[in-house]
Amino acid sequence: MSIYRGGIGQWSWTFHRLTGVGVLLFLLVHILDTALIMMGPHWYNKIIRFYRTPLFGLMEIALFAAVLYHALNGVRIIVIDFRPETTVHYKKMFFIQMALFALIFIPVCIIMLGHIAQGLHP
Amino acid sequence: MEVTFQLLRFDPLKDRQPHWETYRVELEPTDRVLDGLEAIKGQMDGTLAYRRSCAHGVCGSDAMIINGRNRLACKALVKNMKEPIRIEPMRGFKVLKDFVVDMGPFFEKYRAVKPYLIEKEARPQKERLQSQEERERFDDTTKCILCGACTTSCPSFWFNAGYVGPAAIVQAHRFIFDSRDGGAEERLSVLNNQEGVWRCRTVFNCVEACPRGINVTRAIGEVKKVIAKGGR
Ligand code: SF4
Ligand code: FES
Repeated sequence: MSIYRGGIGQWSWTFHRLTGVGVLLFLLVHILDTALIMMGPHWYNKIIRFYRTPLFGLMEIALFAAVLYHALNGVRIIVIDFRPETTVHYKKMFFIQMALFALIFIPVCIIMLGHIAQGLHP
Repeated sequence: MEVTFQLLRFDPLKDRQPHWETYRVELEPTDRVLDGLEAIKGQMDGTLAYRRSCAHGVCGSDAMIINGRNRLACKALVKNMKEPIRIEPMRGFKVLKDFVVDMGPFFEKYRAVKPYLIEKEARPQKERLQSQEERERFDDTTKCILCGACTTSCPSFWFNAGYVGPAAIVQAHRFIFDSRDGGAEERLSVLNNQEGVWRCRTVFNCVEACPRGINVTRAIGEVKKVIAKGGR
């Protein structure tokens, strides 16, 4: 068996799933780490210190990319659901979505990288 | 020209697992993949099994995975294919032998959506009239030849064999939007559930796969919308 060579839709759907699960996992971890405050400031501060490392800064950029992709792709699917006639343009819609993604992601990414570089990472 | 084929062979009497075999045949560039299969079966290995009937894209028997995606072997030109031409059976059905899959479940779902006219009023004396616009409304979905390429290209179907699948929804659409038909409610109740239209995740593989160029995702979307609105 080989991988089915579906179109753009197959990959946009795969990424939608992956980013969805990724963001969900992050949320679970995030609930756990904020819950650490219940055990007093020691552990909580420790984990916050880890969050300020450059490595975590990069992970945060990835998280932003995942949320942004999932949101934009979700909007595209909602548009298709409400207006099935837009399906004829589905490839174009995906390219517009990715252009929007780049437009939003690149500046935000630069700002976030700047924070990491300056060590200002909140 | 010499064309190389790689076929995923499976004989239930001999093999535990499907395996790839390579064949080289002499073909014209204007020949179709089906001609290649015929040459292999006729000249090299008579045990090769596949379905075909019309050989002209009408009957819908010879859908298979050709170079990674569902196509009709009789509509795929050899010169447009990258070599080796790799052929596998459609995905999601039980493979009976080589490229022959068990289409039983496929036609069961087809029957489930009642793909025939259900009279909504007393039978008229003459034919049931319909305006051009009314006919246009479901024109796209009349083109289906029930090849199964859409259903077996759909990830929702691969992961959930219970999904009624694009082909059955296309067939339902053909009658739901027909002004002469009175069975919309019965069909929508079959489609309005977990295994019905809501399993569609707008992946569009069906649209890419359909040899008749039917906008399958649109048809599914229109059925979803009718259900959400509570009527045609
Ligand atoms: S909708 Fe297209 S791909 Fe699906 S069964 Fe009909 S002809 Fe084949
Ligand atoms: S053999 Fe009839 S559609 Fe290909």
